[in-house]
Amino acid sequence: MVTFRPNSVGKAIKRREDPRLIRGLGTYTDDVKLPGMTYAAFVRSDFPAGAIRSIDTTAAADHPGVVAVYTYADMDGQVGPSPVGAEMPGMGKADHPLLADGRVLHVGQPVAVVVAETPYAARDAAGLVEVDIEPREAVVDVEAAMAPDAPKVYEELDSNICIQIPVPNPEADKLFEQADQTLSMRLLNQRVAPFPMEGRAICAHWEEGPGKLTIWTSNQAPHFVKQQIAMCLRIPEIRIRAIAPEVGGGFGAKIPTYPEDPLLCWVSRKLRRPVKWSETRTENLLGMTHGRGHVEKIEVAFQNDGRVLALKGQTISELGAWRSFYGPFIALSTHTMSCGCYDIKAVAWETFAVYTNTMATEAYRGAGRPEAAYIIERVMDEVAAATGLDPVAVRRRNFVDKDAFPHTTASGAVYDSGDYEKTLDRMIELVGYDDAREAQRQARDDGRLVGIGVAAFTEVCGIGPSGGTAPHQRMGTWESATVRVEPSGNVTVYTGVSPHGQGQETAFAQMASDAFGVGLDDVVVVHGDTDQVQHGVGTFGSRGIAVGGAALHMALTKVHAKATRIAAHHLDAPVDQIDYEDGEFTVSGTDRKLTFRQVAEMAHLWNVAVPGEEPGLEAVARFEPPGTTFPFGAHLCQVEVDPESGQIEIQRYVAVDDFGVVINPMLADGQRIGGVVQGIGQAMWEEVQYDDGGQLLSGTLMDYAVPRAKHFPRMVLDNTVTPTDVNPLGAKGIGELGTIGSTPCVVNAIVDALRPLGITNIDMPAKPERVWQAIQAAASAQ
Amino acid sequence: MPRSVPVTVTVNGSTHEREVEPRTLLVHFLREELNLTGVHIGCESTLCGACTVHLNGRAVKSCTVLAVQADGQEVTTIEGLAPDADNLHPLQVGFWEKHGLQCGYCTPGMIMAAKQLLDDNPNPTEAEIREAIDGNICRCTGYQQIVDAVQHAADAAGAA
Repeated sequence: MVTFRPNSVGKAIKRREDPRLIRGLGTYTDDVKLPGMTYAAFVRSDFPAGAIRSIDTTAAADHPGVVAVYTYADMDGQVGPSPVGAEMPGMGKADHPLLADGRVLHVGQPVAVVVAETPYAARDAAGLVEVDIEPREAVVDVEAAMAPDAPKVYEELDSNICIQIPVPNPEADKLFEQADQTLSMRLLNQRVAPFPMEGRAICAHWEEGPGKLTIWTSNQAPHFVKQQIAMCLRIPEIRIRAIAPEVGGGFGAKIPTYPEDPLLCWVSRKLRRPVKWSETRTENLLGMTHGRGHVEKIEVAFQNDGRVLALKGQTISELGAWRSFYGPFIALSTHTMSCGCYDIKAVAWETFAVYTNTMATEAYRGAGRPEAAYIIERVMDEVAAATGLDPVAVRRRNFVDKDAFPHTTASGAVYDSGDYEKTLDRMIELVGYDDAREAQRQARDDGRLVGIGVAAFTEVCGIGPSGGTAPHQRMGTWESATVRVEPSGNVTVYTGVSPHGQGQETAFAQMASDAFGVGLDDVVVVHGDTDQVQHGVGTFGSRGIAVGGAALHMALTKVHAKATRIAAHHLDAPVDQIDYEDGEFTVSGTDRKLTFRQVAEMAHLWNVAVPGEEPGLEAVARFEPPGTTFPFGAHLCQVEVDPESGQIEIQRYVAVDDFGVVINPMLADGQRIGGVVQGIGQAMWEEVQYDDGGQLLSGTLMDYAVPRAKHFPRMVLDNTVTPTDVNPLGAKGIGELGTIGSTPCVVNAIVDALRPLGITNIDMPAKPERVWQAIQAAASAQ
Repeated sequence: MPRSVPVTVTVNGSTHEREVEPRTLLVHFLREELNLTGVHIGCESTLCGACTVHLNGRAVKSCTVLAVQADGQEVTTIEGLAPDADNLHPLQVGFWEKHGLQCGYCTPGMIMAAKQLLDDNPNPTEAEIREAIDGNICRCTGYQQIVDAVQHAADAAGAA
């Protein structure tokens, strides 16, 4: 392994992405303009379940400016079904059509698409399509959907249960009999909306001449899009170019290829004109996949000294009405990560993924791991309450020892490295924990409801090896990079990850700059275009640096080795006599040297060819992670609850995290603060709500509460560094960590504030109304 | 086709005459007619701020202003804030220096909203900054580095 001198890596370098974005010069999908463009609008189901009696498109088709109106019947089996990645033998499943095929399964399901010369005409005409639906009873509550006599989302399936995976453990049963105490909890991890600022947007362009389809789509994994469009349209993938241009946030919900993606490709091919669609915010809340949506039932066996012996858990995951790309498998990582940072002897678990007549669920910043962290971190606080110990002491008592890594948990995860005490110690020191608790005691004496919550958590990032975690998934988890050195010595990096705010154009330029001693301005990072980038996987699962960066390191190393051989040839010295530093190859112990730029030029000139070497200076590399990384952290939140209104003020938030080696601390801080705020959003305000009949109640920003700037105090951040050896960078991943730690941390703080009143749980979101009602109920119970 | 009405709008110092449907939103006018795609659409309901521009020097959300309401008026968009890459507005510098953006989608609106604040109050406190950008949602940054960016711009203007 080559270690490049870190001139740039490790520093807070300003982003290369920003100059265009701060001037409004980025090109997002809706900014794409093509000659002959048409505009699409969707007609969506107003009913959560029902049979389509008829669809009358006459008035819409006659509307001025309308080019075409299509329904399922028009597709004539030429395109679809909707792409799915999660396949498993024995799962209850059905194909999902791109447009409703005689029945509707959730509110917001596309029923027809109207194509017009202008966006306004398309929207106008969409309102003229008459869809006559015979409603039938919808099933909305996930637990009700599991009942044998529940209405079925798919009448042709045996039940609404898509997957049921029991993992019994006799050892856990035994420990439950031996334990000093047990407790049980029911925890809700409510459904939330990913809410990227840019919703879904698609521009599809079939060119009849070359027989080529180009799709711009606001997506996190354009190479998947290419493959899936090919399958859906039954045309070779070599005729498809997928571009994820500037993408305005994703958070997991832009991993899937949605039904609208292949559908609009089919429309463009049929019309031989480009077609563009950008969803409205209401469409986004209706028709972009939701996240979370878990009911967790947990039993805990523990000793009077706070030692947790065993867990028995049940996860019921709301799948919604159809399988999105990865949805059914998300809940599996809740079981995998159930032990958190703790050395728990035995875990028994059962996981269900269940259909309901609601929008599909999918990965959302953390995807199964936040649910696990929420469970175990709430459990630790309740164990502390039951044993009369401090929550921090209970955590310390259960931590996996720093010398015990790699550590295999009772749920089967293999943790790479960790030092949980170190990170917690730093957090405690930053906070002044004892003083904070003393101040809390004084506040309580004054009758104030002040709470301090702690979360010490770990999560899993940089998933690999391919197929290792979910053998039936249709995806690899490797990543690719190409490093192409021009004759000038300037460098183009092509990465298979598809960043959309994470900043890899900067982080990867830092790495290339260090490798070759060229300036940051002499490196360009290309991503998100399947015609430019070698095959790749994408950006999700906190894998950009840990997997994509590792692939880049491999490619840089390959190029560097070749440059060294070329330099050795021209310096007339053996390769092992060549020293390299900061862009210069020197014959050891002499002043004979060549710069990297000279070598780059030589690599491209035939008259100075090196025997045995191909011309050029370029390498492709693919990194297949041998294992996963487990970043971790210790967070603390202090809140004060107003007993009169139930309003919660976040007074303090401190996060000390460990994500291994850091490429750019400024980018890492951005990911962390953003993640913490997103997690607090779930803890306090955000909730996708359907009524009992299956109608979405949270379809606008008036009804769905996204965190805003004034909700938060200034956060205090620090980090410790515990490298990993599963990749050559030692980096663990950072994208989802904040979201995973903050949600239980805040809820623990709120429950801590309310515990003197006898309250032991508040379900998320801890809205003022809910908190106020809990306070009233507790008062009347006393 | 629907009837059209003439509008004349001065945008970033240039005057544009167009025929538009009366219902045309200012944001669509700017994006579709004038190709000013730095103005983003986030909610079509005045609640997210991605479409914030200045109308006669005051920040407005252009998704709920009609193009005809801007007739004869002056509009400034993010594209009009700096003449070129070498002469960025202090807020643009601040956002770059302090990592005030990630995906960049909220950024033009956020900068235009912050400009209103600094126009009115050149030395805002952190609380005042947080209050001033309350109508603008950012889903990536968690706001703290946006606050720092605005503070950076205020400090730079104060030092100048």
